[in-house]
Amino acid sequence: MSIAFPKPDQAVLSNRAEILAGLSRLVANEALIVSEDERRAFETDGLTAYRRMPLAVVLPSSTAEVSEILRFCHAHGVKVVPRGAGTSLCGGAIPQEDAIVLGVSKMNRVLEVNLADRLIRVESGITNLGISQAVAHEGFFYAPDPSSQLACTIAGNIAMNSGGAHCLKYGVTTNNLLGVTLVLLDGTIVEIGGDGLDAPGYDLLGLITGSEGQLGVVTEATVRILHAAEGARPALLGFERVNDAGACVAAIIAAGIIPVALEYMDRPAIQICEAFAHAGYPLDVDAMLIVEVEGSDAEIDDMLRRIVAIAEPFHPKTIRVSQSEAESAAIWKGRKSAFGATGRVADYICMDGTIPTGQLPYVLKRIDEIAAAEGLGVANVFHAGDGNLHPLVMFDTNKPGEMEKAEHVGEEILKLCVEVGGCLTGEHGVGIEKRDLMSFQFNTADLEQQMRVRAVFDPLWLLNPAKVFPLDGRQFS
Amino acid sequence: MKVYTPRDESEAATIVAQAAAGGLRLAIGGANSKAALGRRMEVDSRLSSTQMSGVTLYEPAELVIAAKSGTPVSEVVRVLTERGQELPFEPMDYRPLLGTRMEPTIGALAAMNISGPRRIMAGAARDSLIGIRAVNGRGQVVKSGGRVMKNVTGLDLVKLLAGSWGTLGFLTEVTFKVLPRTERMATLIWRGLDDVRAIAALSRALGSPFDITGAAHLPTPDVKGSRTLIRLEGFSVSVDYRLGEVRRLLKGAGSAEILEGRGAESLWQSVRDATVLQDHAERAVWRVSTAPSKAPALAAEVARALDAQWFYDWGGGLLWIATRPEGDAGAAVVRAATRSAGGHATLLRAPDAIRDTVDVFEPQSEAIMTLQRGIKASFDPAGIFNPGRMYAGV
Repeated sequence: MSIAFPKPDQAVLSNRAEILAGLSRLVANEALIVSEDERRAFETDGLTAYRRMPLAVVLPSSTAEVSEILRFCHAHGVKVVPRGAGTSLCGGAIPQEDAIVLGVSKMNRVLEVNLADRLIRVESGITNLGISQAVAHEGFFYAPDPSSQLACTIAGNIAMNSGGAHCLKYGVTTNNLLGVTLVLLDGTIVEIGGDGLDAPGYDLLGLITGSEGQLGVVTEATVRILHAAEGARPALLGFERVNDAGACVAAIIAAGIIPVALEYMDRPAIQICEAFAHAGYPLDVDAMLIVEVEGSDAEIDDMLRRIVAIAEPFHPKTIRVSQSEAESAAIWKGRKSAFGATGRVADYICMDGTIPTGQLPYVLKRIDEIAAAEGLGVANVFHAGDGNLHPLVMFDTNKPGEMEKAEHVGEEILKLCVEVGGCLTGEHGVGIEKRDLMSFQFNTADLEQQMRVRAVFDPLWLLNPAKVFPLDGRQFS
Repeated sequence: MKVYTPRDESEAATIVAQAAAGGLRLAIGGANSKAALGRRMEVDSRLSSTQMSGVTLYEPAELVIAAKSGTPVSEVVRVLTERGQELPFEPMDYRPLLGTRMEPTIGALAAMNISGPRRIMAGAARDSLIGIRAVNGRGQVVKSGGRVMKNVTGLDLVKLLAGSWGTLGFLTEVTFKVLPRTERMATLIWRGLDDVRAIAALSRALGSPFDITGAAHLPTPDVKGSRTLIRLEGFSVSVDYRLGEVRRLLKGAGSAEILEGRGAESLWQSVRDATVLQDHAERAVWRVSTAPSKAPALAAEVARALDAQWFYDWGGGLLWIATRPEGDAGAAVVRAATRSAGGHATLLRAPDAIRDTVDVFEPQSEAIMTLQRGIKASFDPAGIFNPGRMYAGV
């Protein structure tokens, strides 16, 4: 438990009754949560080792209400922690005692479906999958697909610039967002972007995306939708040596093939997922790739034939080209259950660094060494096409000190990612989890420039303030 | 006018720090090939990246290239072509439109967020730009992003710098995601469609699963001469299949011919560079971004009031309009039509006298302008970088 929270503002704490009274004038009774029991549901997110009881929780139902709430908090110096579904793995939605949680989950309507222009406008509390479901009957979908897509909201996706398994072809949130309605801390409502591909002026849309709820609260979003491919099928390739798997990834890309997904699993991950999902994974290999391509049947056959031919020189021990939807589903079930399956055999923390893919063999070897030095195991699942690693550092909560060891291992792994030319986080965000490592990736000038931009939107540091930037050395203008 | 041409980042930082201390206003750029774009500015000196040149990192297997900002685009393209790769966003070459000859730099692709017809599939420069280094107006070197394509660490200043027209920082190095060049490119051409039918056909194709990488409509005064283009790229077998499917999908639009090879390449180049507009080098040229389904009515409204030519890229989402280079160059009409359709209009090319009196970029709400001025001040508190190039005070 090594991550510090700022000391709560006593003036705000002692003023709680007045703040609640003020908020109660802005929203309906049921939208303001004050009792301790009900607030408890909001005291943490996907990073459950850390929790703080918020001052109150407000669940507005319109942009106008969000504006009123922010205006009130701004005027009274109350901190605000925006929240979507609370699935953040980096503590992005964890509150603090002197902050209110502003949740957008009640704002989940579809506002407009426009197939001719291939876009959909939604309220930001809709789930990621809910967007795809709203257009699925027409054959369309929303491309970024984080593995929490059943629960996570587009608001959270925008805050974290979420990715998914298919971003090699389709990009991440920032590449699929056309416009937002953003409420600033002082209550001002601004429209950014719109229905066109480009927006005038500075790229505020790009700036907002991934800003972790520190610049404003997004209440509506317009995103691009695409027609789904005619079909998709994966091939599964098992290798005895990690180096061969890495070289095979490079060779596929060098051949001009951009698979829609290219996933890597190491031996521990294969074992854990196979035991859980019975996907038919090879248990006698050190590395496995799932390579998925899209198109018509004939296009898929052609592409998978090419991929298998490319893989041959790297001595794959297993080559399995999916022949049916059921087989494809089984292959993906194993990969998609990686987090859940790991959770059955151990407690774990999930890291999220990105590395240059050429560094893969070295990084995997070092990860093993780092974990072994603390007596812990690591299972690696990894978006191999883009270098986004997800090492799952396993530990036992019941053993005193093990969680701290796991956190230490995680920290060392992330530092390693930066050392080899990568970054601390590829898709989960910084939150509180990686906040204190920011100065490892960025120098003072880099961080100060980011904080100066942040201060344009929130000079008082009231919006999600405990996150992203180290607590010391903050810039206020 | 004095031109500073630093040879490296630290020399650039020193020059900027001194300029900031002395209130010296700097025109920020590379080869200066696009000086005629944007609002006119009053500056004291120029700061050019042309002496900072060279590819600094290229890993074809990782689909990434980095270069110093003054590297000629042609050099980057040459290096990529050797390994069968390319910049995915198909950057427009402004030289034909602006009548300039200077070799454009890679930094400008980032600073102006340039893109081309493949924008609909592969995004703009901002979508491929994964890392930058820049000198801010305090004379500090600032980096954001990096060399990996998935990176959400900290505020995305990469996006902010992309398309900031040199008003926030002097880029010193840029890193792009790249893609393999495809094996084959083929273009379907329908003739004789009016704007409404053409854009509907393009929308239909873009709403299909067939991965369209170019969708343009080139109208002519006599509708018989109009051409509607759909481009497909990929492995040959796949292109064949999709050519058949798209033809079948759009059979209501009539039959389509197939164009490949040099002819197709130069056709898309003329779409990319807007040289399909007749007399493009003499007319005033507008670039209007809107929702594709709104574009035909927008063009019709402009045509009712002005002597204009136009064509559509991005399936209709990008409307190029050429007007007479006199008066306000049609600003009042174009802006009113754009407002009613939703979107924004940029006056790309016009005589200086018109650019001095007309908003070059779409006017923005006061709330957005407040944010933009704040962001400008956060990078460049003394206001020395490209003052007023985008908006007054920005």
